[in-house]
Amino acid sequence: MSSAIFFEFAKRSIKLHWLRSLLAVIGIVIGVSAIAAMGMLGNSLVLSVSESLSDVGDSVVVYPHGGVQQGPGTTSVKEYITERDLKDIKRAAGSNDVIPVHSTADRVFIGNDDTISSIYGLYEDDTEILLELADGQWLRGSSGALAGSKVADDYDLTVGSRIKIGEESFRIAGILEERGMGFDISPDNGFIISEKTFSSIYDQDDFNLVIVKVRNLEDIETVKENIDKKMNKRDDVVDVFDTKAILEVILETFGRISTFTTAIGGISLIVAGVSIFNVQMMSVTERIKEIGIIRSIGTRRREVMKTFLYEALILGLLGSGIGALFSFAGGYLTILIMLQDTSYLFDPGTLIFIPFGMAFGTATSLISGLYPAWKAANLNPIEALRFE
Amino acid sequence: MNPKSPVIKLEDVRKIYKLPFGEVRALDGITLDIHQGDFIAIMGPSGSGKSTLLNMVGSLDVPTCGELYIDGVNVKNLTDDELTDLRRDTIGFIFQQFNLIPLLTVKENVEYPYILKYRHSDKEGRCEELLDKVGLTNNLIHHKPTELSGGQQQRVAIARALVNDPKILLCDEPTGNLDSKTGKQVMELLNDLNKAGKTVIMVTHDSNTAEYAHQKIRIEDGVII
Repeated sequence: MSSAIFFEFAKRSIKLHWLRSLLAVIGIVIGVSAIAAMGMLGNSLVLSVSESLSDVGDSVVVYPHGGVQQGPGTTSVKEYITERDLKDIKRAAGSNDVIPVHSTADRVFIGNDDTISSIYGLYEDDTEILLELADGQWLRGSSGALAGSKVADDYDLTVGSRIKIGEESFRIAGILEERGMGFDISPDNGFIISEKTFSSIYDQDDFNLVIVKVRNLEDIETVKENIDKKMNKRDDVVDVFDTKAILEVILETFGRISTFTTAIGGISLIVAGVSIFNVQMMSVTERIKEIGIIRSIGTRRREVMKTFLYEALILGLLGSGIGALFSFAGGYLTILIMLQDTSYLFDPGTLIFIPFGMAFGTATSLISGLYPAWKAANLNPIEALRFE
Repeated sequence: MNPKSPVIKLEDVRKIYKLPFGEVRALDGITLDIHQGDFIAIMGPSGSGKSTLLNMVGSLDVPTCGELYIDGVNVKNLTDDELTDLRRDTIGFIFQQFNLIPLLTVKENVEYPYILKYRHSDKEGRCEELLDKVGLTNNLIHHKPTELSGGQQQRVAIARALVNDPKILLCDEPTGNLDSKTGKQVMELLNDLNKAGKTVIMVTHDSNTAEYAHQKIRIEDGVII
């Protein structure tokens, strides 16, 4: 193929001016590494956040309306959701699971240690809907408790261990799967006991919050609105949160941060583009005579252009290739330092930033080489020949 | 094409450059027929228009007005690509400065126009054959042009000009950068090529060199005198 000879020209020209070519390549390497590493870090961040927030995107959480300051004109400040409220919520939620939750914090004695933990009171049937078991069994009878994954880990709790919550003695029936931070409950550092036991220990019949698990994610808005309409007809009785929306806002925010940092990486690529432009302009200016010669012995404009674009392409590909290696190593290190977990690096959504950065690097190089190549191709052959 | 019709035909060709201080008539009405197998020397003082004429005949430049036919084709109607292909296929250039491509080896320099034309490398050994024919020893073909003497470089340039078997050889002061002995050898080579059927058109100052031509054309102020 005739392209081979133009490619050869490009290669030799780069070799001849290896130092300035190297500098231009370093520019691209930095640009590609910056874009790819930033993108990879951002995506890993989003992944790690969404992982610790997952499982909660499918619920509507109802809290008693707080935040109202006591003062003249306000009638009441509700702190609990009553049985009557619960009935209304159930009606508004339709066929979706409605899970009322008692919650408090109390001193828990484990062997010789003691700690303050969250204590949740749940109906036995609801625990299976809301939570996942890592070991042991669900709650049966009043003396059982489920331990959160983190507290179990911290205090070496196993199925059968004995603990005391306040004055009451409990046997650990099961250990929960790690659930992460939630908008409803966060049981990783707490204990789950049965609703009945909770009511009797803390003498509390009303609920602290109600979780509605929405089967069909598309209904989540409707369920939220139904509850809001039914409960807050006259006064604001409850606050209703749609966890999906919260999750989306959080993920969107992280996504924006990641786009922003990637864009900062992009600036360094623009700088690299300018340096490629500079190198290519030098190459054209130095080779005006040579361009005149090859034009006069029958090289078409397009073929001259090809020669110079190949040069830019080789620089771009070299820079992008080395940049890809660097960004992988750099991304690995940054993620290791910032997130302590490199597994996110191997997610396709993270790795895609490497080819993405490479494509940007190569494209920048080619675009920067476009004008110099065009200029070379459109030189007047007679004047170029005369150039000394 | 009729064998008797000229390989190059100029009819009242003018080249006028518009400059800030007025127009310059580099060629001011040239009419000339050049036939296959001719050996023509174009002579004249610098600025007379002889280089412009050579560029014109080499399809590097087109007339401002008048008609120019190269190998039977009116250049007026050709695109830049078509003019380029004409230079590649029909014309061989030989320059005073040799004008070899410094990035390429001797053999690659000769092969380059061949690749432009045939879109593949020379597999039949045409380049080596030509280099041998112009008297360049085989051990030099993988050297860079700068490692060669002037005479050797000009031989390479002649081999390059011949690689696509052009009808016309255009020589711009071919011996201008050579000592008289080497210059003579190069002229002998051109003479042989002319005898073998090539049309040779040569611009020169040197009357000894011009002696090789069958016909001398003198130009002054853009007209043939």
